[in-house]
Amino acid sequence: MTDRTPMIEVRNLHKSFGDLHVLKGISETIYKGEVVSIIGPSGGGKSTFLRCLNLLEVPEQGEVYFEGTLLDPKGTDLDAHRQKIGMVFQQFNVFPHLTVMDNITITPTLELKVPKEEAEKEAIELLKTVGLEDKANEYPRKLSGGQKQRLAIVRALAMHPDVMLFDEPTSALDPEMVKDVLEVIQDLAQSGMTCVIVTHEMGFAKNISDRVLFIDDGIIAEEGTPEQIFDNPQEERTKEFLSKVL
Amino acid sequence: MGKGIIEVFLEYWPMFLRGLVGTLRYAFVAVLFGSILGALVALLHLSKNKVLSKIASVYVNVLRGTPLLVQMYIAYYFIPMAIPALNSIDKVYYVLLALILNSSAYVSEIIRGGINAVDIGQTEAARSLGMTATHCMTRIILPQAIKNILPALGNEYIAMVKETSLAGTFMLYELMYTRTLLANKYLIWQPLFIIAGIYLVVTLVLSWLVGLMEKRLSVSD
Repeated sequence: MTDRTPMIEVRNLHKSFGDLHVLKGISETIYKGEVVSIIGPSGGGKSTFLRCLNLLEVPEQGEVYFEGTLLDPKGTDLDAHRQKIGMVFQQFNVFPHLTVMDNITITPTLELKVPKEEAEKEAIELLKTVGLEDKANEYPRKLSGGQKQRLAIVRALAMHPDVMLFDEPTSALDPEMVKDVLEVIQDLAQSGMTCVIVTHEMGFAKNISDRVLFIDDGIIAEEGTPEQIFDNPQEERTKEFLSKVL
Repeated sequence: MGKGIIEVFLEYWPMFLRGLVGTLRYAFVAVLFGSILGALVALLHLSKNKVLSKIASVYVNVLRGTPLLVQMYIAYYFIPMAIPALNSIDKVYYVLLALILNSSAYVSEIIRGGINAVDIGQTEAARSLGMTATHCMTRIILPQAIKNILPALGNEYIAMVKETSLAGTFMLYELMYTRTLLANKYLIWQPLFIIAGIYLVVTLVLSWLVGLMEKRLSVSD
């Protein structure tokens, strides 16, 4: 599925919060069409790494290249690049003051100048793919957690991103909601979308991924195919982590 | 003891009414212009530019950290002295200016607090979609912040209704000024209870209105 065209390249990423050195030099390339899962213990830097990919966190050191262009935190084109990098959050972050429909259409109409009618037509199509078409005129407060997360996913897709970043997309969900959201992500991954997924759902990561990164203590401690990581881990700390979560 | 409270009220009610109108009007002008100025100060305070942010913070601290009465005296005596060209302007306006500046400091903190109270995840979601900083503020953050801001502005108006009583010191015709006028007629204690009563009724009514507004705004959550 992957054609070895780099989608996102990071070089020597360092990030600290105060005295806490969270990322200690990460270099990695995500290729077009690839589905990459990031696993590892809490506090190891997984989410921070993911949030650096669209410069939601600005690294102190190191570079992020998106489709060959260096992302500049002060650059005027950062917004344009971010439009191509979809992101889904653990806490959904849907806009509570906007209807489901407006959640989806506001950014395409404002920033891409898509005509409202066209944006709404597409939004309905997107909502159908996640079974929310009858909720278009509701406000998010009427939605369950799983529905909010599916809304957040199609809201990102409405910008026609080239890559989707998922930051623990099911961690805030009630168990019975997890499956619906994972299915949406799986469909997306199988459709050829480049995906980077921080997750604690090991079974899901194993099934869906082309590649798995194990991040611990601010570095990529081990990486490989799902089979390599889950069935035959080489590093001691990978083994230790997997023995606790599997 | 002389005349009773009710007797004094019935005799002089037009004076109290005029005072009340003055109070409500000065408070309104102070909060209205204070809000406009306060919004600017809040934006400076929230700006990433450290110098601008610091200037706003000093402005707020000075105005909130010194008594309004002192600020009024400074405005009343010092401004015309420092800038003689302004001598011809009615000194009422200097007192009003002090009220406006004072209010702007409180309002800027109300606005800043209202904006900061919106979940940071909203900004992150908007910016990660590729929304510009301006659109993020005007379309995502402010519409949510306004629910926190409006009731607090109502409370600021209530506080200002009481604060304007200091303006009577400078002979602005507001509620407290009626005390001075009636003291000249040797009515010392009755006007004080009447004035206190009027303030109480007004603030209770306004508080009730703010409560209604709060309820209204929270319904849409």
